Amino acid sequence: MSDHSNHSHGTMNQLMTGFVLAAILTVIPFGIILGEPDFSRYIKIGIIMGFAALQIIVHLVYFLHLNSKAEGGWTIAATILAVVILVIVLAGSLWVMHNMNENMMPMPDMDKMMSLQSQQG
Amino acid sequence: MSTEVVETTRETVSPIFGRLSLDWIPYHEPILIGTFLAIALGGLALLAVMTRYRLWVPFYKNWVITVDHKKIGIMYMVLGFIMMVRGFADALMMRAQQALAAGGAEGYLPPHHFDQVFTAHGVIMIFFVAMAFVTGIMNFVMPTQIGARDVAFPFLNNFSFWMTVAGALLVNVSLFIGEFARVGWLAFPPLSGASFSTGPGMDYYLWSLQIAGIGTTLSGINLIATIFKMRAPGMKMFDMPVFTWTALCTNILIVAAFPVLTATLTLLTLDRYLGTHFFTNDLGGNAMMYVNLIWIWGHPEVYILILPLFGVYSEIVATFSGKPLFGYKTMVWATCCIMVLSFLVWLHHFFTMGSGASVNTFFGITTMIISVPTGAKIFNWLFTMYKGRVRFEVPMLWTIGFIVTFTIGGMTGVMLAIPPVDFQLHNTLFLIAHFHNVIIGGVVFGVYAAVTYWWPKAFGFKLDDKWSKRTFWFWLTGFYLAFMPLYALGLMGATRRMAQYMDTGWQIYFIAAACGAVLILFGILSTFIGFAVSIKNRKALACGSDPWNARTLEWATQSPIQPYNFPQVIHVHGRDEFWHMKQTGFKWSTDYTPIHMPKSTATGALIALFALGFGFAMVWYIWWLAILSLFACIAIGIAHTFNYNRDYYIPVDEVAKTESKGATA
Repeated sequence: MSDHSNHSHGTMNQLMTGFVLAAILTVIPFGIILGEPDFSRYIKIGIIMGFAALQIIVHLVYFLHLNSKAEGGWTIAATILAVVILVIVLAGSLWVMHNMNENMMPMPDMDKMMSLQSQQG
Repeated sequence: MSTEVVETTRETVSPIFGRLSLDWIPYHEPILIGTFLAIALGGLALLAVMTRYRLWVPFYKNWVITVDHKKIGIMYMVLGFIMMVRGFADALMMRAQQALAAGGAEGYLPPHHFDQVFTAHGVIMIFFVAMAFVTGIMNFVMPTQIGARDVAFPFLNNFSFWMTVAGALLVNVSLFIGEFARVGWLAFPPLSGASFSTGPGMDYYLWSLQIAGIGTTLSGINLIATIFKMRAPGMKMFDMPVFTWTALCTNILIVAAFPVLTATLTLLTLDRYLGTHFFTNDLGGNAMMYVNLIWIWGHPEVYILILPLFGVYSEIVATFSGKPLFGYKTMVWATCCIMVLSFLVWLHHFFTMGSGASVNTFFGITTMIISVPTGAKIFNWLFTMYKGRVRFEVPMLWTIGFIVTFTIGGMTGVMLAIPPVDFQLHNTLFLIAHFHNVIIGGVVFGVYAAVTYWWPKAFGFKLDDKWSKRTFWFWLTGFYLAFMPLYALGLMGATRRMAQYMDTGWQIYFIAAACGAVLILFGILSTFIGFAVSIKNRKALACGSDPWNARTLEWATQSPIQPYNFPQVIHVHGRDEFWHMKQTGFKWSTDYTPIHMPKSTATGALIALFALGFGFAMVWYIWWLAILSLFACIAIGIAHTFNYNRDYYIPVDEVAKTESKGATA
């Protein structure tokens, strides 16, 4: 194979590094949760999400061969744009929905409404 | 459909016909029967004419299976115009209903029908008119502007087009088999959920948008790849014409935003079909999340519609002022800013949903900020005209009409961006007037400008001037008469989507708006008469390859553009390349080489046909048909990957022959 294909498909070494890192990053959160630790629900969610985010980076770098030079820098530029939009959408949605929740008027007959809807649905 | 019918049909799901039964054929609705007869007779007449003149084979060979980006672009435009007639018929029905139904009068449309009409109007106008037009213009113009022979993935282009057609057909099938959704164009739950929209209408909505959405997303990927990979040698990013830049930003927005729509509609589909609770109140679901998600797609979508037309106006202003575009770089950066900012304003569509002051203020301010780059563009166009030799040809008329109209629409938009004002105006006709002001004044005017501007490039003759001007004046006056009263009504508190209203004082405004809609009808009729007259007089209207003394590469090659676009590869040295080529007396060399071309294929149309079958089957719960058609789609797609007979060469003498013919014409 030519240099080009080596460059774009990565070496065995890279793939194995990626595989091992991905495996470790999967086992750790599983282990923590299976150990049923005494953390609050939010910390557990935070741990899982944090390792998932690291996992994404590992996949991008070792399996999709993201680097600053591929395609004259356009690959990294596209990734940055994608990350920016992802952050806007995720953080924005959480902020907006949380804020709505805070401002929601307490409704005394909420339970009745819910049972009504589940009957119809 | 009365509710009793809905209840009885829901209970019988036959293994063969699903929930489809004769009760769902609306033979008791005189309006629908009339429409059906008109369409059936028209369709039969078309079939007869095509058979009589033996057009079936040419139609199939030259259009259905073509992978030529120019023909696909033209087909998108045809789809856009056909669907515009459908969507405009809905608009006329609403205007007529609201002109009649004052002070306790019921009008002629029963509420459940009125609700379907306004939903269909919105869905059709956005997804199958505006999107079709925008994609069509980008398809036709962009590759020729960058000196490419075709798009990056010609087969994918054909496939995208037919998926869009499949979605459009599914919406139209709902007219005569079953019903359409009665939920408004964005289908908010809980109204659109399984409990409150029981019939097939909502499912028609979901599947038609999902099928068309596949086409849109793939076409976005295709055009981005084209711009990055297929530019003529020497053309740097900042040598690209502004239209190409706007096409790039638009397609990036499509690729970034449409997956959000797909995911949101998928969640709603799961709620409706499998009883999940993403958007119901049970089990932690939240209907407000749907509103949030759909507008994360919805706001970029309006920029997807308008950005390419900003590009169109930029090309037209520069051409007809005889000057390079003022502030090319600010234009590019303004477009890029809008691209990113369009993801930061979505909440202004639901200020009233219950967020706190901090959230509303943030999104109010971002909304006002996004008007800044747009304003910069307006000044750039004005400064391009300043001290230029402005020729008031029809495309320029549309552009000036746009600048004036769009500025008014932009200002009412900034008013709506102020949260306290929005609390007064939310869901009133003021909002309706605002977005029609920017969509008609921006997108529709731009489409007409583009059609008159590039028509000679597509067909080799200009459009008839008299009818084009009539089209313009009818649309412009019709727009103002139809929508200015709606601003007033909105300030008086008239809400959108009303089938009837009590205040007879409003009626005169609704009658004025209906008269405006009739003027627009004349504008649309003038369009088609203009097309017919121009085609009839095409010998007299014939023009050379560069009728407007334009500046960009698409005008360097002959009109109509040959399948290979350019006889030789063009080496680009800077911006407005064709202008410099004209200055230096450029002539095509007669030293040709064989040209490598992609072959036509029926695969795209075939997969889309089965996708249509899949959508129809899913709407009606005909599970066997759904499984079979989905399987067929995948199988045909896989089979196509084994097709190695994909390309051919146009021999040198054929190129020489077409080129010499073009030179003498």
